[in-house]
Amino acid sequence: MTEPVLAIRNLAVEFRSRDGWLPAVRGIDLDLAPNETLALVGESGSGKSLTALAIMGLVPGPAGRIAAGSSIRFEGEELVGASEKALDAVRGNRIAMIFQEPMTALNPTMTVGAQIAEAIRVHRGLGRDAAWRESERLLDLVKVPSRRRRMHDYPHQFSGGMRQRVMIAIALACRPRVLLADEPTTALDVTIQAQVLGLLEDLKREHGLAVLFITHNLGVVALIADRVAVMYAGEIVESGRVEAIFAAPKHPYTLGLLGSTLRIDRDIEALQPIPGSVPAPGALGRGCAFAPRCPRAVSRCETEPPPLEAVAPGRLVRCWMPA
Amino acid sequence: MTAEAVAIETVRRRRSAFRFAAAPLTWIGAALIALIIVAALLAPWIAPYDPLEQSIADRLMPPSAEHLLGTDSFGRDVLSRLIHAARISLAVGVLSIALAMVAGCAIGITAGWIGGWFDSLVMGALDVLMSFPSLLLGLMVVAMLGPSLEHLVLAIAITELAPFARVARAPTLALKERDFIEAGRALGLSELRIIVVHVVPNLLGDVVVVASLWLATAIRTEASLSFIGLGVKPPTPTWGGMLREGFETILDAPWLSVAPSLAILATVLALNMIGDGLRDAVDPRLRRD
Amino acid sequence: MSDEILIVDGVSKSFPAGGGWLRQRRVVQAVDNVSFSVVRGNSFGLVGESGCGKSTLARCLLRLIRPDRGRVMFEGTDIVQLGRRALRRARRRLQIVFQDPYASLSPRRTVFQTLAEPLVVHGIARGAALRPRVQAALAEVGLPAEVAERYPHEFSGGQRQRIGIARALMLEPALIVADEPVSALDVSVQAQILRLLEGLRNRRGLSFVFVSHDLAVVRHFCDQVAVMYLGRIVELGPTRKVLEQPLHPYTRMLRLASPVPDPAARFKLPRIEGEIPSALAPPSGCPFHPRCPDAMPVCAAVRPRTVEPEAGRRVECHLYG
Repeated sequence: MTEPVLAIRNLAVEFRSRDGWLPAVRGIDLDLAPNETLALVGESGSGKSLTALAIMGLVPGPAGRIAAGSSIRFEGEELVGASEKALDAVRGNRIAMIFQEPMTALNPTMTVGAQIAEAIRVHRGLGRDAAWRESERLLDLVKVPSRRRRMHDYPHQFSGGMRQRVMIAIALACRPRVLLADEPTTALDVTIQAQVLGLLEDLKREHGLAVLFITHNLGVVALIADRVAVMYAGEIVESGRVEAIFAAPKHPYTLGLLGSTLRIDRDIEALQPIPGSVPAPGALGRGCAFAPRCPRAVSRCETEPPPLEAVAPGRLVRCWMPA
Repeated sequence: MTAEAVAIETVRRRRSAFRFAAAPLTWIGAALIALIIVAALLAPWIAPYDPLEQSIADRLMPPSAEHLLGTDSFGRDVLSRLIHAARISLAVGVLSIALAMVAGCAIGITAGWIGGWFDSLVMGALDVLMSFPSLLLGLMVVAMLGPSLEHLVLAIAITELAPFARVARAPTLALKERDFIEAGRALGLSELRIIVVHVVPNLLGDVVVVASLWLATAIRTEASLSFIGLGVKPPTPTWGGMLREGFETILDAPWLSVAPSLAILATVLALNMIGDGLRDAVDPRLRRD
Repeated sequence: MSDEILIVDGVSKSFPAGGGWLRQRRVVQAVDNVSFSVVRGNSFGLVGESGCGKSTLARCLLRLIRPDRGRVMFEGTDIVQLGRRALRRARRRLQIVFQDPYASLSPRRTVFQTLAEPLVVHGIARGAALRPRVQAALAEVGLPAEVAERYPHEFSGGQRQRIGIARALMLEPALIVADEPVSALDVSVQAQILRLLEGLRNRRGLSFVFVSHDLAVVRHFCDQVAVMYLGRIVELGPTRKVLEQPLHPYTRMLRLASPVPDPAARFKLPRIEGEIPSALAPPSGCPFHPRCPDAMPVCAAVRPRTVEPEAGRRVECHLYG
């Protein structure tokens, strides 16, 4: 495996509540290599989006914070505790992020061309004309049709899929090495989703991007991921190569997610939903966080939290009773 | 069915009352208003003198141990008149606001619910109403109908219709698009029931806040109208009336105008403190956890 | 002959859009001459992408939106023509479940109040008789009786959706229109709610019109499916046949673009061209022709007729005549 461009160790994010600081992300390790798509999978409340925000240094304070002992290294440089200035040089620059709803991230009163050009001028110090030409090139790159005209359009004149392309163009404006994509296609129609996923795949390959793709959709994961990390209640419960995970899921939660996912290509005799719901950060027991919903749980699971252990090369599982 | 049994998390309901209580200014305002209300209710028992009893010998006496706030040009005890005046001022304020609230909300909800040109027409008319200074509008109404307590209440209510209509209309517009309103229709509820049971409770919070803030204005308007002689007829004491009477002798006996001014100021300030507290308490942005 | 609980015949609905005092008023044809029928006890799926008119059509079925033209025959009566009282009666048998469980419950009403209200309004039960009925409904959707006194904001999305389903059940309907009932939910919760709906269908013999953008969910839940594009049904037939051998190029495109949770079945990401056109300015001829990989010259000029290439299947495409 190539040297990781992003290495996360023991990342913990906490939120303040009336009962003190509650852990929302509880000590996760992730490595992301160039030209690789790592899918971070989980349901709402799993901590997957917070992980991305932590990497960007965007954990909303003062109610939230990255806990002591966390480490996020980008090309060997520590980001946790780095100065605001050092962070600015990395975030939005070498690490870019795209979101589920691009409309909220775009300025409604500026033309799309002006917004991309602005990003280029801020991050790359190009002049006005050069930045404008570069914006046109980027819109070409993300395959926005009739771009010369569209440069002068405002965000509301774009469809959801086109807006997401604009966001990707802005993210690429500063030639990032890492792209954090937080559910970028969840709000899109399937045909548009396929287009945007195809675009991301092309860009990854052409630019050697490292993509952290956050999603709850296992179908999308199967489509684009090289590796997968499944999160539950703020922890990684299983990770490995995408083929291995889908062929033989080891953690009961991964199994449950797959059992809950319907397929368009196949009849499923009976759905096997996971009973119950995701625990609140303050309501975790002593043992495995998944134990209360787990069909395989034994008494040990209630009392002792399982460690994340290698069960095969490149394959980690956090379970006392793996399948 | 056991597999489908759902674990219910006990999410404690964050009581808005809790946050209301947390603001000290709100408490000061509430205490002040409580004091004024108690004084007004108990006026016949706690006022040291009859507010209407004249005594030429004691006219324009400065504050003293005998008359804590002095006497006016008819020799009446200012403190007693001030306490009795609180009854009229508060009654006029509360009645007019209640009237404005009911009528204004009815107008606002109807306009928002029906929408279209009807909405534009009604809100346009209210804009015209609102463009009049409230004192001028009240003055016109009282001048047309003649000064009396009922007309004063009506006049003040009309000047404050528009803010209630506005504050009731905006959430109505948003609420009528919500799925639970459609669900109500699908369940066969009548439009009236949907409005009364499902729309009104959801905008009551905002309306109460506006009511507390505009109550202060109502009391001010009452005082202003009484000040220019269009309020309650003398000799019944009102704060505005006392202010006007005191104004005639402001150089000789400043206490006559200072005492009712302070009473008005304290009431308006206290009501605004409560209003701010209430607004924070019902603000959904602060309520979400 | 099969027993058809709902027959939709030529329903159209348009909305004025934009325009003003001086500019010419434009019209969006949200639903355009749609016909289909639902067999009692079956689930009928309506699929399509945003703006295809599926939610408007769903609301037309309950006359939450009144169609401009066409008939909605529910248990033999035309919903569109009913007077106010008759409509109220008909709606007892015809209910709706919404997509967004956060918007579909009145925030200031307890679960008990929400569930008891339809019973009171229709004079079905009152006073002490309400409680056992509410508790039975809660039990049926898998919620404990204690939740009756709580408010909607105390529940998770999945739990709220259960409450919304319980509310739809209070009047003992025969048909439920479910508008994207699981789209806003997490995967594991989606499966729970689908299981619940399946159970209701089997136990109560309920019929469903199931609106969704997710073909996998429709495949699992629906007997029949209609694919909508810009207000029209472009293909209709038994779900499995439609998804396994799609006839219309748009159905094929949808099928191809829907991800499958299996890296072994990983397809090369399709190079789908074009965006969904605005319903304000639908393309000429066949509305799908600008995106269609099989488009012929005739497609841009002439709107295709509906043809029945085999019994029980319908398609609107020039490829089939």
